[in-house]
Amino acid sequence: MKEYVMGNGAIALGSLKAGVGLVAGYPGTPSSEIIETVAKYPHAGVHLEWSVNEKAALEVAAAAAYSGVRAMVTMKQVGLNVASDPLMSLAYVGVKGGMVIVSADDPGPISSQTEQDTRRFADFARIPVFDPASPEEAYEMIQDAFACSEKYATPVLFRPTTRVCHAYASVEVPESFTARAGDGFVRDSKRWVIFPRLSYINHGRIEERNVQIGKDFSAYARNTVEGTAAEKAIVTSGVSYAYVKEHGAEEQCRLIRIATAFPFPEDFARKALDGVKEVLCIEELSPYIEEQLLKLAGRYHLDIRISGKLDGTVPHNGEMSAELAGRLTDAFTGGIALPECIDTADAPALPARPPVLCAGCPHRASFYAVKQAMKGRRAFFCGDIGCYTLGNAMPLDMVDTCLCMGAGITMAQGLYHVDPDAVCFAFVGDSTFFASGMTGVVNAVYNEADMILCVLDNSTTAMTGHQPHPGTGRNMMGNIVDKVDIAKVLEGIGVKRVVTADPLDLQASVSLIRELAEEKGVKAVIFKSPCIAISRPDSKCAVDSSKCIGCQKCIREIGCPALTMIGGKAVIDADLCTGCGLCAQICPVGAIGGKKDE
Amino acid sequence: MNKDILICGVGGQGTVLASKIIAAAAMEEGNAVHSAETIGMAQRGGSVTSHVRIGEGAYSPLIPHGSAELLLAFEPAEAVRNLSYLCPGGTAVVNTSVVAPAGSASYDGEPMRAYLEKKCRCIFVDSEEVCRPFGSVRFFNIIITGIAAGAGVLGISRETLTEQIRRRVKPKFVEENLKAFAAGYEIGSGASRQV
Repeated sequence: MKEYVMGNGAIALGSLKAGVGLVAGYPGTPSSEIIETVAKYPHAGVHLEWSVNEKAALEVAAAAAYSGVRAMVTMKQVGLNVASDPLMSLAYVGVKGGMVIVSADDPGPISSQTEQDTRRFADFARIPVFDPASPEEAYEMIQDAFACSEKYATPVLFRPTTRVCHAYASVEVPESFTARAGDGFVRDSKRWVIFPRLSYINHGRIEERNVQIGKDFSAYARNTVEGTAAEKAIVTSGVSYAYVKEHGAEEQCRLIRIATAFPFPEDFARKALDGVKEVLCIEELSPYIEEQLLKLAGRYHLDIRISGKLDGTVPHNGEMSAELAGRLTDAFTGGIALPECIDTADAPALPARPPVLCAGCPHRASFYAVKQAMKGRRAFFCGDIGCYTLGNAMPLDMVDTCLCMGAGITMAQGLYHVDPDAVCFAFVGDSTFFASGMTGVVNAVYNEADMILCVLDNSTTAMTGHQPHPGTGRNMMGNIVDKVDIAKVLEGIGVKRVVTADPLDLQASVSLIRELAEEKGVKAVIFKSPCIAISRPDSKCAVDSSKCIGCQKCIREIGCPALTMIGGKAVIDADLCTGCGLCAQICPVGAIGGKKDE
Repeated sequence: MNKDILICGVGGQGTVLASKIIAAAAMEEGNAVHSAETIGMAQRGGSVTSHVRIGEGAYSPLIPHGSAELLLAFEPAEAVRNLSYLCPGGTAVVNTSVVAPAGSASYDGEPMRAYLEKKCRCIFVDSEEVCRPFGSVRFFNIIITGIAAGAGVLGISRETLTEQIRRRVKPKFVEENLKAFAAGYEIGSGASRQV
């Protein structure tokens, strides 16, 4: 049957076709829909889970692969940093059933902290990597990745990028899928227990094997050469290949595409470059292929001029695009083929639209309560990764630091140790708390930090599309399970003061924070209120325009997207309002009232 | 058929459903279709786009600048922001009702309208006005799809689109959405006669 799916869906369906028996991951844009797609299609016999973090996911999958089951792990590129500890070791140990780690890169970056390149991670870990250029190709290639993994008993990386993950295309899939059973874990401590001696032996084997994989890749059908013999060639990879193809570059020069960056298909590249005098590398993120070509040219004394990111021809940062690829191609070949555009240089100034917290988001109320409580006090606000990073936007301006998952909790401690007079806050979401917040809290208790931990518990993983987590009581096997109680966890790891509060009750929340700020040690407040996207209340607020004095305090203070000024009076957009009532608690003349019933 | 359609607006306006219905309908009529959506942080009140590419030979997941024959703009400033995607001679269906950036004052939409009129063939529509009979601007995504179809710039038949609305909208909202589509179609037919 034909299915119109996102690239992430194509990866999911390809893995099911390959007989995957276990899929684990942690949500992260642009990778989240892979696991969600597996869940939507028949997947009898597949264990499916959102793990607490990427490290856990990779370890769960590794054991399944030791047992001969085909296993897949999904994450975004920064998730691979979290999973890098087991990954580096697993690369030495190897697997039995095929194991593919999907790490989705995010050039731009569009929704990430870094512009790191998973192909480099493959090189670092000395394991193969596949780099699809389209959803259709991702569907096929993920199956090749499983085969490669099993053939060489090694974990394999699979690296789509945002535009492949989020592009929709049609793929032909079977009516049903069969998970391939493993033959069970066979105890063998010489194989599965990593020791220095084993690492030494396997290190040698891996490097020998990689030469062989490079030869396999030289014959791989998705490493391609197009266009007739020429002295100029463009070498590209991933979605950049799609952009170059869109421009018809193969009509202007030779077009070489490397879909397996590591182990580098050296024989293929040498043959493809035969007769070529000039090369332009068009690739996103790091100049990985460009560096491989420079090595190749050095080793074989090839008389080729190689340009790309390293000589400044192609920008290091940001996404590739059809336009940029087209301009680069034209400049390189002397062609002029870009479509004519409407000139928009004279366009009027456009309003900027930075992303903001949704109307009615309980995080806005939590941030505002802390901000009010700390007015006039020296206080620092350490943020974290999730929707609530948007608490940085004006007028809230409540995120002083944001580094990586869970870092806010530990950074608040560092700020306290060097500045004990400041009140140090950490804001963490419920999913992030489980992912990598808990150990940080233990660190605070043990090392005697004074801090206030605000857990913004909206009962979901909101930013990435509302995935369940250990606190929600649901899992990806479709089961209702015991909720892991955040308050009890905090009490269990030694936090003596744990309070649960409703952030939408502004006065009570402000008083609570003021009280906690006077106490020593680690204090935790769980601001509990569900994400508005998963629980729409049935009432809304409205402004009584006869009472509104037009002071704009509601707009200036909280920046709710449902509030605007029309004709000198505040107006609430009923389509956006969720009736949270925060603005009503702020209005100095009581003009916003009542929850309007409709 | 080879056709690129760019749909743009502000996160939360329902651009994705319009894109899904157009893509599905184009496929139903036997075309190869590719599309791409804005997903992630930018969805939260930011500028969003959906790229629908109909026909063989579309390699780039995003429409190259100067290639879209049709721009469906849910907001006037977003129409201007994405105008460079439109090909010379292309058509823009534009909502004249402004969405103020969150937490800041609204802006005047009139200069946007005047600018767009100078640059391309435009069909303007006020979402507040056309959605009034339906009680919510949430119907605008279906109405603007109807307008494009009625004006004959979508290249997909009314019947195919209607069928996709039946299939893709939640059952209890189907009838109301079909009415919204029909209302849009009438507006589109009228606009097409005027031009």
